[in-house]
Amino acid sequence: METITTDGVRHVANLARLEFNDEETEHFTEQLARILEYIGKLNELETDDVPPTSHIHPHQVFIMGAQEGAAHVAKPDIVKPSYPREEILVNAPEAEEGYFGVPRVVDRDS
Amino acid sequence: MLYELTAHTLHEKLKNREITAVALVESVYARIAEVESHVKGYLTLTKDIALEQASHADAGFQKGDEMPPLAGIPIAIKDVICTKGVQTTCGSKILENFVPPYNATVMTKLYEQGVVMVGKTNMDEFAMGSSTENSAYQITHNPWNLDTIPGGSSGGSAAVVSADTAVCSLGSDTGGSIRQPAALCGVVGMKPTYGRVSRYGLVAFASSLDQIGPFTKDVTDCALLLNAICGSDAMDATSVDVPVPDFTQSLINDVQGLKIGVPKEYFTPALDTEIADSVQSATAVLENLGATVEEISLPHTEYAIATYYIIAPAEASANLARYDGVRYGYRNENPEDLIGMYKKTRSEGFGEEVKRRIMLGTFALSAGYQDAYYKKAQKARTLIKSDFDAAFEKVDVIATPTSPTPAFKIGERTADPLQMYLSDVMTTPASHAGLPGISVPCGFVQNGLPVGLQLLGAPFAEDKVLRVAYTFEQNTEHHRQKPKIQTNGAV
Repeated sequence: METITTDGVRHVANLARLEFNDEETEHFTEQLARILEYIGKLNELETDDVPPTSHIHPHQVFIMGAQEGAAHVAKPDIVKPSYPREEILVNAPEAEEGYFGVPRVVDRDS
Repeated sequence: MLYELTAHTLHEKLKNREITAVALVESVYARIAEVESHVKGYLTLTKDIALEQASHADAGFQKGDEMPPLAGIPIAIKDVICTKGVQTTCGSKILENFVPPYNATVMTKLYEQGVVMVGKTNMDEFAMGSSTENSAYQITHNPWNLDTIPGGSSGGSAAVVSADTAVCSLGSDTGGSIRQPAALCGVVGMKPTYGRVSRYGLVAFASSLDQIGPFTKDVTDCALLLNAICGSDAMDATSVDVPVPDFTQSLINDVQGLKIGVPKEYFTPALDTEIADSVQSATAVLENLGATVEEISLPHTEYAIATYYIIAPAEASANLARYDGVRYGYRNENPEDLIGMYKKTRSEGFGEEVKRRIMLGTFALSAGYQDAYYKKAQKARTLIKSDFDAAFEKVDVIATPTSPTPAFKIGERTADPLQMYLSDVMTTPASHAGLPGISVPCGFVQNGLPVGLQLLGAPFAEDKVLRVAYTFEQNTEHHRQKPKIQTNGAV
């Protein structure tokens, strides 16, 4: 298994929508490298013929085609009322006219 | 004092009208006034709600109605479980102002029983940690020694039961977050089989591992709480539709004919010798009572932590993507644009351990690394689960220590994340296999800190686990010990 570099940490931080200053980047690189080194222990295991486990109840698996013999759990497709819009928007940092508010993403003129 | 008693003892007193539920709430709150400033187990206290619920229960008892066993019983709830109208922070700054518009299914079930909610308990942020030191709000102190941690991530829920500031509580267990703090605080804590309890309204950490379970003062109360919270739920497709037995029927003081396996891999040099002795004495007690105790092997035990710290962070990195400052919680006020708002909100709102795990999980799922890390861990998970499947062909219950060490000093492991992760070495294997597991008090080390015995069963075999735990408890006195909280000392 490969280790992680400061560039790798910057790349992963961007994927995860996090940002770190240089000091934090160094700190995380060092710690993640150490944790990944420990995790490298898994390479001792011969797993070519071992199927992956994503879920412990084989009779009830929810990822399409994940395991053989899996029965998919479905419920009747009936429309039911959800929570009232105003109750959900109470927790929003910004709400306007029944919608969540976010910083502008398109120019007014374009 | 009323606050010291178990739920089943209190139920008799309530039923016989020796006491009222309101008086019980007052007793618990008097205890809170006495010790909570030292223990700091609660993030939110809900006395007004508690008194209203208690009055309601009293009205039922006064009318002579047939009341459920938990009616009027004061319970504390880990702050990761959604409580309608009551702030639910997950121990995180990013959910500082979050007030759920709905109840978790477990809360709906408990309210139907007529329980009384004392408050919401402290935890490691988003249940990530083994000491409750990762809370964004406060450090919880172990009632047995205020300089030590209560374990985690459900450290608040364990500490309040130990300190008698709640009769019982709910926590959540992903890699040991109920069992480990139960052991360190000297109380009973149980993670039911994955799928036994609905996760609807449990704020998600690692969805293939998370499970809600009880902290109690004895095994009887544990069975009563399981009866209240178990069962499949249309709101959680991972809850399993299997019959839920009456768990009080498993409270049988007899282990004759039961086979108990003790896995040799758990007795490593890293295991505290006093804990090893204590657990060996415990299995000897069970053997004397007629159980067959035999050594077994779970050869992939040593890979459980490495596997866990890929799978749990990978699932967490996906689950925690929802905290973007749009729909709820904290938002950075001065973003330059939308992506900048996401990044600043998340970087300011999450604590260091949460960021570390999001990074680890995002890395393990990123292009080029997914097979080497995530898929490899899922295969290792199969091997760990297969070990247990083979073992349960031969034995009914597996007995191990719950934690490799007693409660450690506050601050001792915070600088070294890997050292902290190894705190879960005895609990993560069963989590990978989704097994039911209980920790019951089984002794004390020389400095007076409690030791826990972990008992594991095959999936949905909570009945056997409870039977062994109950028999052990009925024939020992460890669970009757109470901490003497040093209320005079400096905190």
